[in-house]
Amino acid sequence: MSLDAPFDPHSRQALAISHLFVITMAISAVILAGVTVLVLYAAWRFRHKADAPRGAEPRQRFGRPRLEIAWTVAPTILLIVLFGFTIRTMGAVDPPVPAREPDVVIIGHQWWWEVRYPGSGVVTANEVHLPVGTPQLVRFQSADVIHDFWVPALGRKMDIIPGHPNAMWVEADSAGTYLGACAEYCGIQHAWMRIRVLAQLPSEFAAWQGAQLRPSVLDTADRVHRGAQLFQQMTCASCHAITGTAAVARIGPDLTHLMSRGTLAAGVLENTPVSLSRWLTNPDAIKPGSHMPNLQLTPENVRSLVAYLETLQ
Amino acid sequence: MTMPKADTARGGALAWVASVDHKQIGILYLATTLFFLCVGGAEALLLRVQLARPGNTFLSPEVYNQIFTMHGTTMIFLVVVPLLIGLGTYLVPLMIGARDMAFPRLNALSYWLLLFGGLLLYFSFVAGGAPDAGWFSYAPLSETAYSTGPGIDYWALGLLVVGIGTVASGINFIVTVVTLRTPGLSMRRLPLFVWMTVVNAFLIIVALPALNASLVMLLIDRQLGAGFFAATAGGSPVLWQHYFWSFGHPEVYIMVLPAFGIVSEVIPVFSRQPIYGYGFVAASTVAIALLSFGVWAHHMFAVGLGHTWDIAFGATSMLIAIPTGVKIFNWIATMWGGSIRFTTAMLFAMAFLITFTMGGITGVSFAVVPVDWQLTDTYYVVAHMHYVLFGGTLFAVFAGAYYWFPKISGRMLSERLGRAHFWLTVIGFNATFFVQHLLGIAGMPRRVYTYPDLPYWGAMNLLSTVGAFILAFSVLVFGWNVIASWRTGELAGDNPWNAWTLEWATTSPPPPENFDVVPPVNSRRPLWDLAHPDDPDWAHAGGRDG
Repeated sequence: MSLDAPFDPHSRQALAISHLFVITMAISAVILAGVTVLVLYAAWRFRHKADAPRGAEPRQRFGRPRLEIAWTVAPTILLIVLFGFTIRTMGAVDPPVPAREPDVVIIGHQWWWEVRYPGSGVVTANEVHLPVGTPQLVRFQSADVIHDFWVPALGRKMDIIPGHPNAMWVEADSAGTYLGACAEYCGIQHAWMRIRVLAQLPSEFAAWQGAQLRPSVLDTADRVHRGAQLFQQMTCASCHAITGTAAVARIGPDLTHLMSRGTLAAGVLENTPVSLSRWLTNPDAIKPGSHMPNLQLTPENVRSLVAYLETLQ
Repeated sequence: MTMPKADTARGGALAWVASVDHKQIGILYLATTLFFLCVGGAEALLLRVQLARPGNTFLSPEVYNQIFTMHGTTMIFLVVVPLLIGLGTYLVPLMIGARDMAFPRLNALSYWLLLFGGLLLYFSFVAGGAPDAGWFSYAPLSETAYSTGPGIDYWALGLLVVGIGTVASGINFIVTVVTLRTPGLSMRRLPLFVWMTVVNAFLIIVALPALNASLVMLLIDRQLGAGFFAATAGGSPVLWQHYFWSFGHPEVYIMVLPAFGIVSEVIPVFSRQPIYGYGFVAASTVAIALLSFGVWAHHMFAVGLGHTWDIAFGATSMLIAIPTGVKIFNWIATMWGGSIRFTTAMLFAMAFLITFTMGGITGVSFAVVPVDWQLTDTYYVVAHMHYVLFGGTLFAVFAGAYYWFPKISGRMLSERLGRAHFWLTVIGFNATFFVQHLLGIAGMPRRVYTYPDLPYWGAMNLLSTVGAFILAFSVLVFGWNVIASWRTGELAGDNPWNAWTLEWATTSPPPPENFDVVPPVNSRRPLWDLAHPDDPDWAHAGGRDG
């Protein structure tokens, strides 16, 4: 079982942070234990004794500067050491980024992630596919407010700020799915702005990329055909794009290969035909406040649309 | 200096409304902040109920976001800061042997600005929705494009009103302490609570204007479309963060320094020894105040400011731990060799030493930049700030409440209820907040109205919720203790703790003019000198001035 936590690192960067965190925690634990023991010992050792003469006061002590200098200098040395570790680790955690075209562009939207691969032209949402073992240069952009990309098992978090583009290296050392989330409060559905990173063996990654580049093959069933028409006629096409059709809008997630993704609505639902029809029927019941409107679709229309969307493998 | 005529006829609502007496205004402050503490606490309970299990639907996300914004804003601006100012308003003139604050009418104005600023903020609930952009209202989420309701406008206006009153208090404290000290009470003999209140006042008058100015800019953005903080209009969202945190980090110390002052009064009296190393404790406070202006960007390590800036602010943030650590050792050394009385006040002060240390060292982990990159904006931050503000400041305030209640009311708080209050607080507090460190480490972001059902998340959140209810119950016990003891508590007398500072030299409660005669001040502990003519402090080099 993976906790997907900083203590379960799956990249060199996350591992470096994890080591530094252990050092920090160890120093902290020693200080906290020391203070606790001193307070409790002093309380017990110097408690007022019932048999003490009435009105007697202990010898009054006003301080000894030499001792006080000692307990100023000791923590200073400790902090200098910790600061040294900090600087040494920063470079390993967040190596410099070159000024070249990024491998992946991640665009934060209220409340979903647009993921683009400029090299291949693949566009997807809420899932980032990476080849294992090859650091990927990722650039972050915001479409609206401040978001933050955070996948604890892979390393540092990075704010996504309008007008302030950021970039960093992201890599995974073993294949797997790593959970993350938006970590900067970004409005009503901040909680459901979750992201998944799927690290794949290079051959699997190449296969995935190839599949994403092929247009979906439409089934010729009547219902699918009707769903495709509805998609263009209803307002779906004014926000969503499907490659190979007239729908090219970039306001909502690109749906060209919708059914290849694991979740819907940035992590709220598992991506199944049943949840898809729940989502289309009443988005507000699933993710209140999301920008996906309730189009008051008839059950028949929902069935047709789902039948069409199911073909977008 | 001529004093405005105090309305000395006690009792009657008008006497309170029209009062310029620092003791009445101080009590108004304490009552108002206790009220807002209950409001903010009730909000916290609503949040905890919603988070008790994954996927809960007790609160809608819209309401949850308003409530967490109001909880933070209330606790910081309407509880912790004014609670400490209110305590200072009551105590500082008494502790320096003065008749009142230097500007009594300004003092009243500060209080009424707090009350009406708070009410203006809460009026938003009926005026179209409370603010919902968090207590630091990051732009551009706080701009009209993303927050269309009037909530953020009420937030900015309410805080502006409160903030102006806070600046006035800061000025008032400084002038009072500089000009109205009784003869013999030099700045180096000030009780540490007064000393820290003065340093705090300097922090206030330097830091608060940064907030007030940014609130005005935000209002201009929202009402006149200036776009200071909107990237689409050529402004910068990062600019808001710099402005806000250049106020916001000194604000943390504004919420902590007077609490250090309380502990520096309580621990010596109940250990029956003078504070160990007055000079170190006082000087380290100044060091904290100065450093606090150079650490703000540690709130912004995830912004991507570049390693150079991150290193610089990481270094200053580590430095500020040093003068804070010094104080902890000095307080422990004050207990060392003493004769410790385990009153409720002392229990809270000792618990403060441990829980505040916990909050301090988790703070250091945010100065360790790469660790911050993992943990910032998670529940680890929520845990950390509550260890500082509750386990630190509020524990100290409770210590101060048991210590000074007899002076303010003339009656003792019940020690029996006090002990129950103490243990419930310690258990409830740690149950609520310790586990939140682990939630943050496990990857739970802060400010989420719900969360996926990941391993242990539900169980840890449930524990935190149960703790919050224990904590709320402990506050009820305290409230009951205050109400019951105010009416029927044991009579206190002038100086029930055999304490040494001037406020204990007058009756409990003090008369309108505070003192008939202020005792002579030849050292830091004038009442010790009176009680021990054979061994006065002024006979010791360490007791005279340090």
